[in-house]
Amino acid sequence: MFYREAGDFKKTYSADNQTFPIKIDRVGYYLALVVAFLVIPFVINDYWANAILLPFLIYSIAAIGLNILVGYCGQVSLGTGGFMAVGAYACYKLMTSFPDVNIFFHVLLSGGITGFVCVIFGLPSLRIKGFYLAVATLAAQFFLVWLFNRVPWFYNNSASGQINAPERMVFGVPVTGPNTEAWATYLFCLVFLVLSALIARNLTRGMAGRKWMAIRDMDIAAEIIGVNPLKAKISAFGVSGFFVGISGALFFALYLGAVEVGEAFGITKSFLVLFMIIIGGLGSIFGSFAGAAFLVLLPVVLKVVGVDMLGWPTDIVAHLQLVIVGGLIIMFLILEPHGLAQLWRVAKQKLRLWPFPH
Amino acid sequence: MSNDSYVTDDGRTIGPTVMEMKNITLRFGGVKAITDISFDIREGEIRAIIGPNGAGKSSMLNVISGFYVPQEGEVWYKGAKRPPMKPYQVAGQGIARTFQNIALFEGMTVLDNVMTGRLRQMKANLFEQAIWKGKAEREEVENREKVERIIDFLEIQAIRKTPVGRLPYGLKKRVELARALAAEPSILLLDEPMAGMNVEEKEDMSRFILDMNDEFGTTIALIEHDMGVVMDLSDRVVVMDYGKKIGDGTPSEVRNNQDVIDAYLGVAHD
Repeated sequence: MFYREAGDFKKTYSADNQTFPIKIDRVGYYLALVVAFLVIPFVINDYWANAILLPFLIYSIAAIGLNILVGYCGQVSLGTGGFMAVGAYACYKLMTSFPDVNIFFHVLLSGGITGFVCVIFGLPSLRIKGFYLAVATLAAQFFLVWLFNRVPWFYNNSASGQINAPERMVFGVPVTGPNTEAWATYLFCLVFLVLSALIARNLTRGMAGRKWMAIRDMDIAAEIIGVNPLKAKISAFGVSGFFVGISGALFFALYLGAVEVGEAFGITKSFLVLFMIIIGGLGSIFGSFAGAAFLVLLPVVLKVVGVDMLGWPTDIVAHLQLVIVGGLIIMFLILEPHGLAQLWRVAKQKLRLWPFPH
Repeated sequence: MSNDSYVTDDGRTIGPTVMEMKNITLRFGGVKAITDISFDIREGEIRAIIGPNGAGKSSMLNVISGFYVPQEGEVWYKGAKRPPMKPYQVAGQGIARTFQNIALFEGMTVLDNVMTGRLRQMKANLFEQAIWKGKAEREEVENREKVERIIDFLEIQAIRKTPVGRLPYGLKKRVELARALAAEPSILLLDEPMAGMNVEEKEDMSRFILDMNDEFGTTIALIEHDMGVVMDLSDRVVVMDYGKKIGDGTPSEVRNNQDVIDAYLGVAHD
């Protein structure tokens, strides 16, 4: 009743093929864009930006990237943290080596470099599958963190071993460094998120996405009908690495500002992003958003409810968060393997028929 | 190898040889699955491969589609000897197939499954697809039109947006046929297209096979166990038994071949 598609006829195949074929969805999408670009920048403050919005935007990009690899192409990866580190260090080296180039291009290039590294670590996927591939990507995670810790060239020989983002401007407004304002960093990340989501959607609704899903669903049949498994898997690793690299660069340059690789991009980061797409929904762009929002908001909500309202000690709440996330993952894997995205689909189906059950 | 065309009784033109298998031998270790088999497939015909269980029919199809590489023998395709190829390269040459136990992409919709069949015709690269506007969208729409024609033809319009995992067996078989047909293949290989179907579904499937051959001129090579269907559908039949060819010819020739009768009915040992 509230959500209907009756009478919404399509006259062309491109209309049938658009991202939001149903009018009410389309309206909601444009409304969300307007709010995100024209309302939030005026009401944003530092707390909202740093606690919720920036992590949400950046993790969403990482989740989209990982979802392309795991959810669409079916290649399990535990190396996300390491690949985010590649993006971060690539961005750092580019920012310090070419200070005159706009940081927008640095972030894009970092994505490209990470895509390339991801392809190299994806090569074993041609021979190994499933758990074994997961272990191979785990090796990537530990190797990359080790590399950035041990080779001083990557952190410009700084004494602390940390990398610090120097101040860079976009249209005369600082987006990195100590003097940034919340709205500027927010908008910068938002632009990248919107671009990433659009590109990911275009790729997954077209032939590239079909090839990836064919490999995921039945690789032998895919090969027999003409999918080159090498190209399909490698392109999935490349595209996934591109998005993960962008998110790593933004995470370092805009969100943290200073990074110690083992802390910021350790194995826990890999698992965090993987949990996001499992809870959000494998094989769904919307699921990447939902999962990122859920896992970014959960600690904030728990802190507000547990510490501020109920007066519990902080460490208990922090531990409780681990318990809840763990429980939720088991619950989702058993009850709803397609995650929040599927719950949303079911909810829409119910709304379509409301108040009738069938 | 013959290059002359002829017209069948029902008015279809059978062209020259498009594929020829020459002395194919396939071994798995010490087991000979196929022994020294030669036959040809002519353009526009329906060619059946029959034989009792374990005769090597599916192995033969797997050799044609590049899944197995025979130890001896040559595959000639469109007048040239085919070098050893990966299955996806064979598909790229225009040979499509269906499987005995359905091999669809369960997580994708019917439409996406059938569209995947057209990957040979869609050439936009990754960058053009990321932009979408322009070449990628144009290709998508053009190929969608072709795919819709096939969906119409196989009468699966109502389920085009349904995920394949939810469909019953008979419809899945039809979707698989649609996916193979969408590739506009020069040879279509069907591995037991009617296995596990009831009489009605078999009649539907037979009609689709005949219409496909008639309307699109598709060359079809099929494996089937239902003798009635095979004899009615096919122009020529290869009969295999224990990896050897024991008969080759029109259905009536094969039906009166003593070796074939022996293989199917058994021989009296006295």
